[in-house]
Amino acid sequence: MSREGILGRVREALAHPLHPDVRALAGEGTRDAREARGFLPPGGGTFRERWANFTRLAEKLNVEVARVADLEEAAEWLAELESSEGWSRVASHRHDLTDALVTELGPEVLWTDDGVDTDALEACPVGITACEALIAQTGSVLVTGKGCGGRALSVLTPHHIVLASADQLLPDMLAGYDLLRERYGDDLPSFISFITGASRTGDIERILVLGAHGPKRLTVIVIG
Amino acid sequence: MSEASIQFKHDADESTVDFEHRRWMQDALRGYENSRGGTEATFGDFEEARKTAAAIKWEAIEHLDRHLESFADKLEARGAKICWADNGKEAVDYILGVCRDRGAKKIIKSKCMTTEEIHLNPALRAAGMEVVESDLGEYIVQLREEDPFHFVFPAMHLKRDKISKIFEEKIGSEPSSDPGELTMIARRQLRRKYCEADIGISGANFGVADTGMISITENEGNARLTTSLPKVHIAVMGIEKVIPKLEDLSVMLQMLGTAGTGQWLTAYNSMIGGPRRAGETDGPEEFHLVLLDNHRTRLLADPEQRDALRCIRCGACLNVCPIFKNIGGHSYGTTYQGPIGSVITPHLRGLRSFKHLSYSSSLCGACTETCPVKIDLHHHLLRNRRDAVMEKGGKLEGFAFRQFAWMMSRPKLYRAGEGMMRFAARLRKPLNGGRMDPLKSWTRTRDLPDPAPKSFHRQWKERRKDPRGGGS
Repeated sequence: MSREGILGRVREALAHPLHPDVRALAGEGTRDAREARGFLPPGGGTFRERWANFTRLAEKLNVEVARVADLEEAAEWLAELESSEGWSRVASHRHDLTDALVTELGPEVLWTDDGVDTDALEACPVGITACEALIAQTGSVLVTGKGCGGRALSVLTPHHIVLASADQLLPDMLAGYDLLRERYGDDLPSFISFITGASRTGDIERILVLGAHGPKRLTVIVIG
Repeated sequence: MSEASIQFKHDADESTVDFEHRRWMQDALRGYENSRGGTEATFGDFEEARKTAAAIKWEAIEHLDRHLESFADKLEARGAKICWADNGKEAVDYILGVCRDRGAKKIIKSKCMTTEEIHLNPALRAAGMEVVESDLGEYIVQLREEDPFHFVFPAMHLKRDKISKIFEEKIGSEPSSDPGELTMIARRQLRRKYCEADIGISGANFGVADTGMISITENEGNARLTTSLPKVHIAVMGIEKVIPKLEDLSVMLQMLGTAGTGQWLTAYNSMIGGPRRAGETDGPEEFHLVLLDNHRTRLLADPEQRDALRCIRCGACLNVCPIFKNIGGHSYGTTYQGPIGSVITPHLRGLRSFKHLSYSSSLCGACTETCPVKIDLHHHLLRNRRDAVMEKGGKLEGFAFRQFAWMMSRPKLYRAGEGMMRFAARLRKPLNGGRMDPLKSWTRTRDLPDPAPKSFHRQWKERRKDPRGGGS
């Protein structure tokens, strides 16, 4: 059991000459993901295109998307969700958007910034988080453990609400990785996730059921 | 014949005559093909994307030593502990050691075929620990004490009534015929398990060499919970899962979703780099990664089949395979079913015992055509057949073919034989399908058509004599 043992075997194996048939199979495509951008589903060059892609995919995924003009309108949306679901408590984390919106909401807030009490968080009907970005190409929300309230906040509650500003809508996954590298450099958070719709399963007779283990409902409120 | 091949023949025989089950499978897999087709159409150029995915994985394999080193160094710098395991036993021993050190009693797992490959669950259970699979399909087959039927859809062979019944028996729930309700029963059960677990064990779909992170693809969120709540996270991955760069995931994740389930991206594609970091609010205190060889280097050394290590375990080759559709996943008796399983299992577990899998293929090539990383699957099956014959050729088979060749090159003898066959066929007819039928191993499950009244050769001759006579 050793690193050098396995690496040695790998090197020895790689030194074996390849059969020409396999060599022919090897060299067809580009090895640079950046060059393959155009082969993947489109992200959108303009904001209008990106928005059209994002909302089209969100609809397919049963993600509710609300576009609001400003914080005030976002607060109204949240208040409406609050009154329809009747939240006893709200879980969230400190961030410009949540500070402004969650504190005013009414129910007691469980902040996850100083550590997470799993049982308390589990009992919350809703988790409200910021995000690193929205991805038009896939209809995804990009979150990290550092910028979005930790690992559990966005997966443990039955309803996950994402607050984003319109300029966070990026064209594609590649742009998402660029953003992460730019924002965090070599110190990437220990947890990064592309969330594409609510938790789902088709394990029983291929019938789609939402809320398999994580949120049953995903709402994205886009401000601006 | 090896024990594995006798079992295979027996199980395949049984499931092939179960027509209802076959129809069920075919309906389910047609659903997959439809959604995959729709998703492929949204790509700018799916074929080019596929070539890119194959090339990225090839780059990873071709410089596997370099990428593995970078991956391990980066991950260690992020506080991970790494175990380099030559084989399943070393991997299991290491994991048992971590569990003992932590005094762990309860373990939650998210889907990981590599742990099936090394038979981790029985070992943990034997050491007195409770192990719970959290993927819904895996949870169901675990309750039924059977193996996954398909390495992406573990419980696709079960209808809701069977699932309801096993829940009733094992966890005392009320019967239900609603998949939504059944899912919620499992959700409630498993919620408690995540919160109570001492250790979470996951797999990894990719290891990103330049950032030192693993990537996990899932739909249910069970892997996220498994890797978030317990104090210790152990990930188990094969050494071939490394890819060079973070950016490569933009191609690989979308290919995995599309080829795996027909989704353009699954619900959660998460990267995890080590334990919780300073300034983060939650996450495990410890992160261990087990990097497993278990004969993967043997496949790497194979001059013809190295590309099989490109596999991203999407399961697409199973979904389109006419053999898989008919015999089902359990017949294979392997961790990895279907064409890719038939290709790699002889390398991982020995050609002698698993060469029969190379014959569980019609060589139609549907697997090769659908593979998102362009593995030359059906040719590899053919190569394994050749290797099996070279290793221990069938002497009788060789003799029979030599006789056949000898007869076929002698037209008179051939025609005499043909006449005898016709006569023998008439004699056999009344015995058709019965116990006395000399061809009963064929006619038990298939029809044997009557020979044509006149051979092609005779028809040809007659036509030439009388071109307007119609010939037959």
